[in-house]
Amino acid sequence: MSVRTWLLDPAPASRRQAQLGGWFRAWLAFRRNTLAMTGLVIVALLVLIAIFAPVLADRTLAVQQVLEDRLQGSSALHWFGTDELGRDILTRMIFGARITLVIVFLVSAIVVPIGLAIGLPAGYFGGWVDAVLMRITDIFLAFPRLVLALAFAAALGPGIENAVIAIALTAWPPYARLARAETMTRRNAEFIQAAKLLGASEFRILATQILPLCLPSVIIRLTLDMAGIILTAAGLGFLGLGAQPPAAEWGAMVSSGRQVLLDQWWVATLPGLAIFVTSLGFNLLGDGLRDVSDSRS
Amino acid sequence: MIVLEHASVYYGAGSKRVAAVRDVSLRVAEGEAFGLVGESGSGKSTVLRAIAGLIPHAQGVVRLAGHDMGARRPTESRRMAQMVFQDPYGSLHPNQTVDQTLSMPIAIHKLGDADRRVPAALAEVGLGREHRFRYPHQLSGGQRQRVAIARALILQPRILLLDEPTSALDVSVQAEILNLLTRLRRELGLTMLMVSHDLAVIAHLCERIGVMSGGELLETTTANALAAGNVSHPYTQALLRSNQGFDASGVTG
Amino acid sequence: MTDTLLSVRNLRVVYPGDDGDFHAVRDVSFTLGRERLGIVGESGSGKSTTGRAIMGLVAAPGRITADEMRLGDLDLTRMNEAGFRKLRGKRIAMVLQDPKYSLDPVMTVGDQIAETHRQHVNAGRKAARHAALEMLEAVQIRDPERVYGLYPHQVSGGMGQRVMIAMMLIAGPDILIADEPTSALDVTVQTQVLAIMDNLVRSRGMGLILVSHNLHLVSSFCDRVLVMYAGRVLETCAAGDLANAKHPYTRGLLAALPELGHRRAELPQLQRDPAWLEGPL
Repeated sequence: MSVRTWLLDPAPASRRQAQLGGWFRAWLAFRRNTLAMTGLVIVALLVLIAIFAPVLADRTLAVQQVLEDRLQGSSALHWFGTDELGRDILTRMIFGARITLVIVFLVSAIVVPIGLAIGLPAGYFGGWVDAVLMRITDIFLAFPRLVLALAFAAALGPGIENAVIAIALTAWPPYARLARAETMTRRNAEFIQAAKLLGASEFRILATQILPLCLPSVIIRLTLDMAGIILTAAGLGFLGLGAQPPAAEWGAMVSSGRQVLLDQWWVATLPGLAIFVTSLGFNLLGDGLRDVSDSRS
Repeated sequence: MIVLEHASVYYGAGSKRVAAVRDVSLRVAEGEAFGLVGESGSGKSTVLRAIAGLIPHAQGVVRLAGHDMGARRPTESRRMAQMVFQDPYGSLHPNQTVDQTLSMPIAIHKLGDADRRVPAALAEVGLGREHRFRYPHQLSGGQRQRVAIARALILQPRILLLDEPTSALDVSVQAEILNLLTRLRRELGLTMLMVSHDLAVIAHLCERIGVMSGGELLETTTANALAAGNVSHPYTQALLRSNQGFDASGVTG
Repeated sequence: MTDTLLSVRNLRVVYPGDDGDFHAVRDVSFTLGRERLGIVGESGSGKSTTGRAIMGLVAAPGRITADEMRLGDLDLTRMNEAGFRKLRGKRIAMVLQDPKYSLDPVMTVGDQIAETHRQHVNAGRKAARHAALEMLEAVQIRDPERVYGLYPHQVSGGMGQRVMIAMMLIAGPDILIADEPTSALDVTVQTQVLAIMDNLVRSRGMGLILVSHNLHLVSSFCDRVLVMYAGRVLETCAAGDLANAKHPYTRGLLAALPELGHRRAELPQLQRDPAWLEGPL
């Protein structure tokens, strides 16, 4: 029996087979959407480049300043040219992918658990629990992201970690709202009543019954938000608040290339293009995931 | 086995207060099958849910097997009475396999031995090993309802509450489920309380029948009396007439 | 002998799909005169699709084909969407199970009935309102002036269905297709609504197609019955004759119904014969 037949078996013999089969079917549906596949390829490339950065490029080239070679155009040695300090742009972009990925991963890891932890109880219990949690959410929603980042930089010093915290603290409220809305839709469903009748505790219901139903929309929202997060991080980098030199963060690269934009356009434009393509990739991926999830529900 | 005394359920407050159930009392003996028939809004499903303990603000006394049941019920007490819901599409979690759905009560009550209990529960309702790891959307309506029944019975309750269990099913599937319920009742000695709007279905399964309308229990009769037309309340008579199909001469403007 | 209002021969509705074509309706043939025809079947039998196909209401990518589909002198097989739109309401009308889905929530029901009237008849607003009120009376609504001004969410159940019937019949169609019109109604109200439909259909000399899963209802209300299974018509008979049905599927369905007064320990279960799917009728 081929793997495909095993996965598509309408009478699975184990939980693992059923689960993998479900994911496989979703994958088949996803695969049909060309734009979504493009997004997936872009994101996959980003991840691979980030992981294999040391293999793809020489780390020292990213920081080594060779002032005689500064602001050179494309050449056999420097495919994307050099920046204002003589560093190889391509190498810096490759290592910059790592920073972008780290930011994306850290923000997601903070934002999703907080959003769920606040939104699920708010939606399920209602009443004063809902009121209190939603007012807290409103407070954080009111903070402008960049201003908060500036404040953090002023208080704790600039750096990637602080940028991540600043972004995460202002990014979680929509997820709490989303989780709350999904929970409110489901909380009176008959399978929830059945679970209560079986004696399930509220925690069990929230964690095993309602949480899995909220995850798809949260993940889709996250992928679509990713573009915004990357742009915000780049913006912070642009302002000098994110990764500090000599780290090769794309936003910082765009910023430092501003002065020579007219004559040596590649110094700012190429990292900018990387930001654009990455954001686009995440957007397409998120759209594709949403299409698949809509068609299955 | 089931004692309900002066049960009332109100929704809303003040001048907008609505009585879904108004002072309903009934008793069901052990091993008996009691039917509650009425139209939508009659309060019959609310009565069932109040007995099940799903309505914390219900008033009145609920006694199951001699034990008083309050608003907050301890987990242990859940093993006494279980319910099969109306909608086979809504009563199973869409993202959980049949195995997960049936394993949950085992885990909650720490019964252990899930690998033996789950297939046994499936066999009891006429499902096989091939159904164990399917998701609800891979099952037909009748199969889903069987899973719901298996879930209700896995805790070995003595009371089975049924909320319109066959209303959403095709005629041929309904017959299968009704036969299954008859068999289970006989084999497991269950006490049943069933709610439906369909007189024929209720009379098929239940000996004693209560007629509800507008939140009140109008009359309690037996299946045989209904069949013979020996009913006192005019509403019951109207219900009987409508059950006989369309009759233009019976309609007043 | 009633004249034939609608004649259908070998109607087919196919939905193309990734895993092969799905044949929702397969070679269904029948005629409809000034009578009440019931189409009965379980879910998936194709009964609703048949009713919708007659009105051209099959959504793409579904395809309707037929050897013959004739409404009086009109050939429905060659009809395009524009043509069907002219027909709907004026020649054929449909009443669905839940009026919620057919009524505009922000207009009063009276205005909607009046608007339907003006779509098909060149009438002024006063005349249309008058016609709508008359129609509300015809469906035995006791207080037509008051009900005229109600919004759909204020009108529910039996009254909602009566409003729907009024709206559908105001343009004077020849045929009314009712798809599970009383399934969502309480049993005591069902009889009332059916009686009103019956009355109007008779007095206007219309043909009625009642689509339902309820054998009992269809056999007591209609004149003739079509029994459908998996897209095919397995049996046609007079409604009163249903108890003497010949096809094993029909007999099986009838036997599987619980009956008040005839208590059986076990209901005979329908054994599905694969021959019903493909074999000769």
